[in-house]
Amino acid sequence: MNKDASIKKVLLLGSGALKIGEAGEFDYSGAQALKAMKEEGITTVLINPNIATVQTSEGFADKIYFLPVTPDFVTRVIDRERPDGILLAFGGQTALNCGVELYRSGVLERYGVKVLGTPVRAIIDTEDRELFVEKLDQIDIKTIRSSAASDIESALAIADDLGYPVIVRAAYALGGLGSGFCDNAEELAALVEKALAFSPQVLIEKSLKGWKEVEYEVVRDRFDNCITVCNMENFDPLGIHTGESIVVAPSQTLSNDDYHYLRSLAIKIIRHIGIVGECNVQYAYDPSSMDYRVIEVNARLSRSSALASKATGYPLAFVAAKLGLGYGLFDLKNSVTQSTSAFFEPALDYVVCKLPRWDLGKFHGVDRQIGSSMKSVGEVMAIGRTFEEAFQKGLRMIGQGMHGFVGNKDVKIDDIRGALAAPTDKRVFVLSAAMRSGMSVDEIHELTKIDRWFLYKLRNIINTAAELETYDSLEAVDPELLRRAKQQGFSDFQVARSVLKDKMTDTETANLLVRARRKELGIMPVVKQIDTLAAEYPAMTNYLYLTYNGTENDVDYLHDHRSVIVLGSGAYRIGSSVEFDWCSVNALMTVKKEGWRSVMINYNPETVSTDYDACDRLYFDELTFERVMDIIELEQPHGVILSVGGQIPNNLATRLDAQHVNILGTSAASIDNAEDRHKFSAMLDRLGIDQPRWRELTSLDDIHQFVAEVGYPVLVRPSYVLSGAAMNVCSNNEELVRFLQLAANVSKQHPVVVTEFIQDAKEIEMDAVADHGEIMAYAISEHIEYAGVHSGDATIQFPPQKLYVETMRRIKKVSAKIAKALNISGPFNIQYLAKENDIKVIECNLRASRSFPFVSKVLKINFIDLATRIMLGQKVEKPAKSAFDLDYVGIKASQFSFSRLQGADPVLGVDMSSTGEVGCLGEMTSEAVLKSLLSVGQRIPQKGVLLSSGSVKHKLAMLDAAKMLDARGYRIYATEGTRRFLEENGVRATLVYKPSDTDMHPQALEVLHNHDVDLVVNIPRDLSSDEITNGYKIRRAAIDLNIPLLTNARLASAFIGAFTTLSPDSIEIKAWDEY
Amino acid sequence: MQQTRRATLVLEDGTRYEGYSFGFEAPASGEVVFNTAMTGYPESLTDPSYEGQILVTTFPLLGNYGVPPEGGSPDLSEHFESSHIHCRAIIAQDYAWDHSHWLAGRSLAQWLKEQKIPGLYGIDTRALTKHLRDSGSMLGKIIIDGMEEPELYDPNAENLIAMTSCKEVHEYGPEDGKRVVLVDCGIKHNIIRCLARRGVRVIRVPWDYDFNHLDFDGLFISNGPGNPDFAGVTVENIRKAMTKGKPICGICMGNQLLAKAAGASTYKLKYGHRSHNQPVRRAGTNQCFITSQNHGFAVDDSTLPADWEPLFTNMNDGTNEGIRHKTLPFFSAQFHPEASSGPRDTEFFFDEFVNML
Repeated sequence: MNKDASIKKVLLLGSGALKIGEAGEFDYSGAQALKAMKEEGITTVLINPNIATVQTSEGFADKIYFLPVTPDFVTRVIDRERPDGILLAFGGQTALNCGVELYRSGVLERYGVKVLGTPVRAIIDTEDRELFVEKLDQIDIKTIRSSAASDIESALAIADDLGYPVIVRAAYALGGLGSGFCDNAEELAALVEKALAFSPQVLIEKSLKGWKEVEYEVVRDRFDNCITVCNMENFDPLGIHTGESIVVAPSQTLSNDDYHYLRSLAIKIIRHIGIVGECNVQYAYDPSSMDYRVIEVNARLSRSSALASKATGYPLAFVAAKLGLGYGLFDLKNSVTQSTSAFFEPALDYVVCKLPRWDLGKFHGVDRQIGSSMKSVGEVMAIGRTFEEAFQKGLRMIGQGMHGFVGNKDVKIDDIRGALAAPTDKRVFVLSAAMRSGMSVDEIHELTKIDRWFLYKLRNIINTAAELETYDSLEAVDPELLRRAKQQGFSDFQVARSVLKDKMTDTETANLLVRARRKELGIMPVVKQIDTLAAEYPAMTNYLYLTYNGTENDVDYLHDHRSVIVLGSGAYRIGSSVEFDWCSVNALMTVKKEGWRSVMINYNPETVSTDYDACDRLYFDELTFERVMDIIELEQPHGVILSVGGQIPNNLATRLDAQHVNILGTSAASIDNAEDRHKFSAMLDRLGIDQPRWRELTSLDDIHQFVAEVGYPVLVRPSYVLSGAAMNVCSNNEELVRFLQLAANVSKQHPVVVTEFIQDAKEIEMDAVADHGEIMAYAISEHIEYAGVHSGDATIQFPPQKLYVETMRRIKKVSAKIAKALNISGPFNIQYLAKENDIKVIECNLRASRSFPFVSKVLKINFIDLATRIMLGQKVEKPAKSAFDLDYVGIKASQFSFSRLQGADPVLGVDMSSTGEVGCLGEMTSEAVLKSLLSVGQRIPQKGVLLSSGSVKHKLAMLDAAKMLDARGYRIYATEGTRRFLEENGVRATLVYKPSDTDMHPQALEVLHNHDVDLVVNIPRDLSSDEITNGYKIRRAAIDLNIPLLTNARLASAFIGAFTTLSPDSIEIKAWDEY
Repeated sequence: MQQTRRATLVLEDGTRYEGYSFGFEAPASGEVVFNTAMTGYPESLTDPSYEGQILVTTFPLLGNYGVPPEGGSPDLSEHFESSHIHCRAIIAQDYAWDHSHWLAGRSLAQWLKEQKIPGLYGIDTRALTKHLRDSGSMLGKIIIDGMEEPELYDPNAENLIAMTSCKEVHEYGPEDGKRVVLVDCGIKHNIIRCLARRGVRVIRVPWDYDFNHLDFDGLFISNGPGNPDFAGVTVENIRKAMTKGKPICGICMGNQLLAKAAGASTYKLKYGHRSHNQPVRRAGTNQCFITSQNHGFAVDDSTLPADWEPLFTNMNDGTNEGIRHKTLPFFSAQFHPEASSGPRDTEFFFDEFVNML
């Protein structure tokens, strides 16, 4: 064994809050690295403010610090913990950048901390584009010809030299932040200015649009042994960021020569750079020769490496961590077979398809075109034994209303050719429409540059659908055709829609009819195992998927009713991400601990729950009713848990119940009573519990009448949205009419729910666990922002710091009533509005909520463990501890990714827009606020602050904060109204003109462009957003110029209050277990 | 979607796998073996080591990038490993009727039809592979719906080496290069390319040719199909050559024949090694290599005489992957340093040989 025995204690840097380009994959890779260290008996210290992650749970690291992953905080932790080694490769770009800074500033050397794995020198060689090109030039490896520029003038000169189109890349930024294509000098100048705000340097290079994009995941040990674990090919050609692309593994259009040519180059590259551990090499590859360019090398675990791990069953992060300790690949075993060597390259006997998930509909003004910068918020991975099967599964997994490549609601596309050439998040719909309109594969290829191979496969699906459409009854369909459709990944729904067409009135019944017909014909899916060696050696793990391309199951089912199936959360999206993975993993652990066989269904490659050693059996497959029933019929489980994976599994309750599936915990009927607006409302009325007035309305007249009754503002929720956000607050008649006319449909088929909107109310969360209607544990937490900011975007304090005891008592009582009425067994969450001591219920979910990991970790009572034991039928004791005993407070703050969403208005509203969150602890609220906001990218300003605060109410709310800034010597810039108000109240402020006053100086945008301010507080006048307002321009400029922005008066006050009273040095560095 | 005939694979133990035909429609039989490589079907199909075998590809998609055009000569093909297909049939889960690659001259189906080789798809190749893994390689036959059923055929009962070896001597490379006698036991053309590329004069001779009367600087014994026991003549010739002390090198069958010449014995593996991902370790070092392999027989390490030692060992099952003489320049590899198809990490093997000349 070649382990470095001097390493006894290791520090691992996490990636912080989930953001676009840096998401759950780093929870997975960090958790794997921690597991590898633990196996070696090494003490682990973890810094990661992301409290909802699995890696920050008990049992993963020995010490956990919920602190920002920034050089200052990490240095202080190093000073306190004195680790022997540090792991930089497992926390994304955040950890890598932080590590490079610690190396450069000499901190690592000063404290004698050894960087495990790839040396920092090699990291720098791959991160700095010029060094990178130089390095690869040394071994005659072709890179994309590019030159660095640090100002606009030199950028323009370079582009003139190269010729347009060019691509701009920002150095040291992941996910293509600040990157893009430019067709002319004007576009280039605009983009470069933006990019330079994030990065000291940009690279201008010739565009290779239309080339293939291929990636290799490479591993090297310190003995120079190399393997490529996986290669992947993008469905979308170069020009679309790999995070935005559909990706297949292994590559499909490369010949043996192509494959091994690029593989050999990848190995040559990582040997020359000196990687120890894992890295990926991205290529542009000419579709009509063997010409290539290396796009980039990531000297760390990445989104691709997480995907490769899941696609192959090869635990890259785990192995990379071991290699960092000095092991050779030959020392390690293949963890799937447990008998063969870890030095091998997986052989796949299936095809994997990754599809990105966007949530662009949540944002106002965002550019929907996809390109060289990443905008997707999550991804799914689908496994099949034909490409068509994997692809159609994947489209359903995305969860945006697609049933597959055919059978979807018709989307009207005016200009198909134009839409093919300028792809958006809807491009798959466009491809389908283009094919159905009769366009040939060649034509589509010319416009999209998608390799014909993929298009041929998609055409197979269209052809099968057309054949199905020639029938009009299920019985008449040729069984061979039905089988082929299923082998091409058609769902029962797609079959039903193709055959029954307009006759299909009831979807549920139609699905069941197809299912029954299939069974009659013996057309059933089989279960296959992912075993890394294509069946050459037996696998010891149960990493499974279902396919119609096979005749034999790999699993021998015992049908002993000892399985408990936990349904996972699906793709990460805005509103549902790592927190539900934490819930799922914890439920699995409890299921296993209590002696049941733990079974997981999930398809998100960025998660820990889809790690095959997180459970006894992992079905990496769809969470549709059809697929879940397939698995239930195979497993014949004791029961199914659907309350820990968020809304996707919760939505299956009624349908599973109708098939007599044993749903563990709260009954399907109760779930329906809480989910159905009318039933729930009637129940609250019966129980005498107050709620905001609302009505479901089908005409504009009715809406006006209702508004006349409750008054503005109102919250409007259409059931059918044409464009933009699904929910809106309207403050006056004009806004209401405009929203309903432009954005939504109102009709008998598409009613609109209108709710009175209570202003200046507090919003309160009740997270709890009940047993047969009796609350066993609960956590009440309080939003810092007033109601109107979505609970997923709000900053939450737990325990509540400014709530009346009376309010708390009422919330407890009302919650107990609801729990009893719905006979809840398991986790649930109720949201309340509170004004004075009046409380109103706004929502109730009979499942774990987003805040479960946060409250569980702050309170140190694992709500999911408790809930799971109850759902398994155990009698549990009420925990003795309550939130009143805590000597500290937790603050959960939200992470926004507006910088990646070009054009989006970075303002908070009733629809959620944050992509992640952190949770930090402090003995004082201000300390916890400061830690958490610094963790989500806020920075303490050094120079000036720009204030512009909408209404008088907001101005008042900001006054104390402004006074504190003034007293601390900050230069305050303010727009006209705000400045007048501040001066009247004795606060000095410099006047800046609004963007609309283009000729007046100083102008707000100038102040931003000159970086005279390093904090912008811009409070919109009301909750409706108007893209062309001055406020939008200021907010967007702040984001594009990377200047911290706050748009909520209460949160801004809390932050300003915190940093003006506390210096960062006075923040106490304490591990979780020390609170 | 193409209308295709149903076709069935029947194994000698009676197990049946139902699918469809996409290649030449004719019955076929042979030894059923699986390969876990994910690319390289044109190379595999033309690899003479597959003579008499029905190839099952575990990667479910087949035919994606079509087939490159014929090029070069029958003695040295440009894109293939020999002049024609040696497999008796090929079986996959799914066939790509439409291929896409700039180099492709035709589809796999077209090529199979030209060469009169059946192809099957729609078969649960994973189930089939597991069966072969558990029960060992076995004979099988392909029945095309409506056509007559063939007899089982056991290629291992035949001298496949003689069948696939060249019949005449061919020379390649610069005339003034070091002279290497290359014994063709059913050679893959990339071995010729790898040697010629290194500036040596290659004299390719038939398997049973007595090359000891030739003037040469080194001897190279190629890969080849089937049971090494059939190559007694070759073993005798190698034994004679060993007395000269000139460098001797071998690949795959060459490893087995060199071992036999040294006095060791070989045996048949349960289901062989056929893949691109076989890990081997160089004896006594920390150097490991991913190798391409295709063999059903192996050298029994324990029978190596005292002046020989293992050179490489398979890291998965511990079987022999190469041998060397402790003092003389004789060495060989069970894997394929010439790759094609597969990883090229061990091409240095040719350098080591050429440097000895």
